Amino acid sequence: MERQQDYVLRSVEERGVRLIWLWFTDVLGNLKSFAITPAELENALEDGMTFDGSSIDGFSRVQESDVLAAPDPNSFELLPWGAPGHPSARMFCDIVNLDGSPFEGDPRQVLRRNLDRARERDFAFYVAPEMEFFYFADNDATRGPRPLDNGSYFDLTTADVAGNLRQRTIHTLEAMGIPVEYSFHEDSPSQHEIDLRHTDAMTMADSVMTFRLVVREVAASEGLYATFMPKPLEGVQGSGMHTHMSLFSGDANAFYDGEDPYHLSPVAKGFIAGLLRHAPEITAVTNQTVNSYKRLIPGFEAPVWMTWARNNRSALVRVPVPKAGNTSATRIEFRSPDPACNPYLAYSVMLAAGLKGIEEGYELPPEAAANVFGMTDDDRVAAGIAQLPQSLAEALDAMASSKLVFDALGEHIFEWFLRNKRREWAAYKSQVTPFELERYFRTL
Amino acid sequence: MEPILVYPDPPPPELAQFLDLSGYPWKPVGTVDAALKTEPDDGWAGAIVVGAGDSDGAFALCRAVRKRDTPVFPLLLLIAGSQVTDLELRDELYDDFCLFPFHPRELDARLRHLLWKVGGGTRPHLVEYDVLVLNLETYQASVAGRPLDLTYMEYELLKFLAQHPGKVFTRETLLSRVWGYDYYGGARTVDVHIRRLRAKLGEEHAHLIQTVRSVGYRFGQSRWGT
Repeated sequence: MERQQDYVLRSVEERGVRLIWLWFTDVLGNLKSFAITPAELENALEDGMTFDGSSIDGFSRVQESDVLAAPDPNSFELLPWGAPGHPSARMFCDIVNLDGSPFEGDPRQVLRRNLDRARERDFAFYVAPEMEFFYFADNDATRGPRPLDNGSYFDLTTADVAGNLRQRTIHTLEAMGIPVEYSFHEDSPSQHEIDLRHTDAMTMADSVMTFRLVVREVAASEGLYATFMPKPLEGVQGSGMHTHMSLFSGDANAFYDGEDPYHLSPVAKGFIAGLLRHAPEITAVTNQTVNSYKRLIPGFEAPVWMTWARNNRSALVRVPVPKAGNTSATRIEFRSPDPACNPYLAYSVMLAAGLKGIEEGYELPPEAAANVFGMTDDDRVAAGIAQLPQSLAEALDAMASSKLVFDALGEHIFEWFLRNKRREWAAYKSQVTPFELERYFRTL
Repeated sequence: MEPILVYPDPPPPELAQFLDLSGYPWKPVGTVDAALKTEPDDGWAGAIVVGAGDSDGAFALCRAVRKRDTPVFPLLLLIAGSQVTDLELRDELYDDFCLFPFHPRELDARLRHLLWKVGGGTRPHLVEYDVLVLNLETYQASVAGRPLDLTYMEYELLKFLAQHPGKVFTRETLLSRVWGYDYYGGARTVDVHIRRLRAKLGEEHAHLIQTVRSVGYRFGQSRWGT
């Protein structure tokens, strides 16, 4: 720790850093920050910085509101934007109570607690998200979103403004130590996907926070607007955050079993079974907006039914077939989360559901053979295939009675999240929408 | 700077990590024979002998490298608290001692002072390879004159690799030498950091760190020019 602090202090001095941003995340997954000067840095590293948490979403408590931001020196990075010659830097913070105990409203601490639980069973949790998002000409919601192009999946268009943006974004990400695996134009107009290379879940949750900021910053520098809203355009694909996951025991991929016809170990099968069984309960966290459920509908690539399969993209859990011999690449892909989630909380509940399946030895249901979208409702009932929650309200109801989610998030966040999201649903329900006017006004 | 002799072979992991992190070149030896056979042409820069545990072997080694025409100097002993009385009548065998387990800051201060006394090499300030330069005093790294913005662990990993160009390291070795034995996360951690380092080195220089299939990683050219 001492050497890490030296490293940070010395780097600030050598590089002429003027401001150090302390980053943390509120319960809804918004990046929050405040800046300190180099003069305060040593003190911040030693003792943390006190601030009033009551104005942060999900941090408020009845008694006292002061909390400490304790910067993680290993997350010290120079920010690639800002005035040349006067760089600024950032560090992610853990939020702790004044007595030094982890603050129960801090999503990063929630994920750490869940990763510790996995670690007690000798599992390290690795994730790789596929980040989808849209570029738009501006963020004026009154005019409706205007896409930049009419490109489609894998399109390589000439004079592609968005393509250049994507290139610059990838450059910036890599310079900040966030390696990119693939990137391409997605299916919808102006929709793009950037796949991040797998890391441990804590690093990845931090990276997702950085990623969303970098994508928006680079777009804004061109006078454009990037959004992670799950379904900004009606009638085309929405933006998901398909998440590839694996557990490692030491250096061995705990999901791999060469003897099994699917090459899946009992650990992997238990994990998938846990995800499938608890999917309704965790969906409010992985898909936390009213708009999220406009994406989870039939007719697009988003999952609707709780199934698993190897090469069927309508499944909730897909098991990609790794290249021959690459046993460490054995993984599963959870396809419901969207990029508007809080990654710390989403990874927490996904891991908790998977671990539960392993601990309780849930049996993996048979692989969904056909395209589930093509089946009739009766066929699906006969096959025992259930639906994901169809609205935020349904998802919140499923979450409210879930001990699993309660244990994964802790009481403070669990209660606050439900309260906050029920208010969001109530506000949505009070709206009279254009759909209703068009459909009912003249006929009723 | 010539390497420091370190006894025994392998030394306690925390000592190996301390020396690597501090940037001292060093070489482990397990026997008196090895100490003489692997001695550099210009002699050892000094010696760190761990007497905690096998004190007989440790003192035998001290005697062998001190009672000869060109004694190894300075020699720092690491002993357990219960062994302090063993130092009696052995003053000629060592120049200073430190209790084991040691506190890194104390060991660092004693070692630096001893090396300063002999007027010999303090630790090297720069590690250079091709276009890569690491300044160990300021923790700054640059490639082709462009500063690299590294996190602490990325910096330590790059420093370790660049100090041993051409040598192939397994993930396990890198994990134990750079992160320390108590680090949890397994060898995947190494892969993740290597990939991040390559990303920061940029396309043009990413090849400085080579993957050696089913073994691990190598920095720079192999010693056999392959």
